[in-house]
Amino acid sequence: MMTAVYLISAFIIAGMLFANRNTIINNILIIIFGLVQIGFTFYACSNYKNSVLQYFTFDSLGLLLLMTLTIISIPALFHSYLYIARHDETPQSRAIYFSAIVFLITSITAAYLANHIAVIWIFTEMTTLSASMLIYHHRNKLALEGTWKYVFICAISITFVFIGILFLSLALQHAGSSDLSFANLMEYKDSLNPFWLRLAFLFIFTGFTAKLGLVPMYTAGIDAKDKAPAPAGALLASVLMNLGFVGIFRIYAVISQTSLFHWANLIIFIAAFLSIFVATVYMTKVMNIKRMFAYSGIEHMGIVMLGIAAGGIGYYAAILHIILHAFVKSSLFFQFNQLYRTFQSKSIQYVGNYFKYNPTGAVVLLLGFISATAMPPSGLFVSEFLIFRSLFEAKFIVLLIVVLLLLTIVIWAFGKNIMKILFLPVQGIDETKIPRINPWESLTQYLLLFTAIWLGLNPPSIFVQMIQDAVKILPK
Amino acid sequence: MTNVLLIIFIISLLYVSIANRIITYVRVLALQGFILFGVTFLQLKDIQTWNLVLILLETIVFKAIAVPVFLSYLIKRNKITRETEPYLPHFISLIIITLIIVITVLLANSIQDTHLDKIFFIVSLSTLFTGLYFIASRKKIITHVMGYLMIENGVFVLSLAVGNEMPNLVNLGIMLDVFASVLILGIFLNKIGDVFKAVDVDQLSNLKDY
Repeated sequence: MMTAVYLISAFIIAGMLFANRNTIINNILIIIFGLVQIGFTFYACSNYKNSVLQYFTFDSLGLLLLMTLTIISIPALFHSYLYIARHDETPQSRAIYFSAIVFLITSITAAYLANHIAVIWIFTEMTTLSASMLIYHHRNKLALEGTWKYVFICAISITFVFIGILFLSLALQHAGSSDLSFANLMEYKDSLNPFWLRLAFLFIFTGFTAKLGLVPMYTAGIDAKDKAPAPAGALLASVLMNLGFVGIFRIYAVISQTSLFHWANLIIFIAAFLSIFVATVYMTKVMNIKRMFAYSGIEHMGIVMLGIAAGGIGYYAAILHIILHAFVKSSLFFQFNQLYRTFQSKSIQYVGNYFKYNPTGAVVLLLGFISATAMPPSGLFVSEFLIFRSLFEAKFIVLLIVVLLLLTIVIWAFGKNIMKILFLPVQGIDETKIPRINPWESLTQYLLLFTAIWLGLNPPSIFVQMIQDAVKILPK
Repeated sequence: MTNVLLIIFIISLLYVSIANRIITYVRVLALQGFILFGVTFLQLKDIQTWNLVLILLETIVFKAIAVPVFLSYLIKRNKITRETEPYLPHFISLIIITLIIVITVLLANSIQDTHLDKIFFIVSLSTLFTGLYFIASRKKIITHVMGYLMIENGVFVLSLAVGNEMPNLVNLGIMLDVFASVLILGIFLNKIGDVFKAVDVDQLSNLKDY
């Protein structure tokens, strides 16, 4: 009941934001949406493990990611407000921006909680629609190019997922059932036809890689995160990637109970390794700061999927890693806007000596860098270490060594660029034009980064239990 | 009768591989829409009437009439030249598409399955790969879109194969069609025509890492 209220009220708010042209009403509506989102999260927590409206279940994975989403969406709305206020947007483009962001957050919420593959599919389609409106925000040639690529690749991927669903239904027909909910698939796991299941997994996996950011469909996401305004880019680079993870994880949980378990792991290993490799290659070349963050996301998703495929402690570590990564990456994107306001450039070439101009923001970048490269004391160190341990225990020594080598290159490239941004002075900067940035604007970034450290180093027991419960359905 | 229609559908793929003018692509898409109408009419008899009406409307109104009309309007409005401008010669395209069909036939013959009509499987998979091949091998954005529409037709054929037992999946497929086509065709192709003067993919290479 409450879920229906949430969905309807969120869509009404999105519609009102779209129609409204008044600044004050706009701000009030955003605050109301923030409250609705928080309220719904509490409602979801209090109904842990219940199913509502037939198609939604508040299970551990969905709840964990929903909490992550809500925690990130509040600063995202706040930074969007700052962003729009600073850019002298027309009321119309502001209306489109905010209604799209509300629509995006709502669709992601619904997709996290869906217990039926077709429902996940529908809401994934909605995220494509709303994300494309955000990417096209600036309405110039480059934004159009980014949007076109994103929409086209996502349309093909969503078609792939649909083909996968059709094959899945064929596999299920052999078992004499026609209900495509995950619970039902689990029930009939032994009588699913392996041939159709294999095709279904291939297509569904390929389709969701567009959202998750793995080889082969990762390309569109990079352009999207580059062209979308940074607060929206933060959502695209964190919680939207988690949506791809949810899609793959839920179907993987079914596959892992069948005879195709090892084959599916092989597919995931290949995609994950190639993603890390591709991300490494681009990281050494990239000069655009936002794209650098985006490629770092590709690398992290590769690591997450390695953990899933390796099994054992890797399952736990993968879910921990994806949550912590969302906090770290979104805070880097939130910080990017201040950086851009200081230097008016996205290119590392024209950015430097940031510590001199904005020490508070520079510390965020430094902490974000330490976290994103998984150095201690960041929480990602813990999860990455556990993933490597799982690879070691599963006897993938060669793979582990190669991945570690690649990650060393990533740390080198990332570090080189970040140190340049923070310490090396650049020529030709007119220091009188550099605006003073209010240090309080970095507060949310600090909170997100410290949450990531806290959850990694000293996780509350309820958090650990929920992750363990989420991976309970996977084989030992 | 269904088989005859589906075979015509496959032949249309071969025909489109050697077509020289864009308008031929539009006509083939319209033809495929009519064929899908026929197949749906013959194939889906067990499902509810209003559901059937919806599917028939989708095939005939949307796929066979609205989309082709809109495509030819776009071609006129954006003054897109008539050649398809493939990267590869037509002869090689023909060979590749023949290979795609042969491989899917071989693949389908290796499956022992009573739940799926093999010909549906062959037609849908070969249409899917042909569409992907068109996207990869043609220069203009509008031909990419047509490749995508072809993929959707292939997916529609596949959803018909399971349609009698799971009509909801066919409805989902229709949603996909309408949603993606409207998004891609309506909003962006219109805009791209305005912003980029010649609508080639070469123009869409300004997003770079440096």
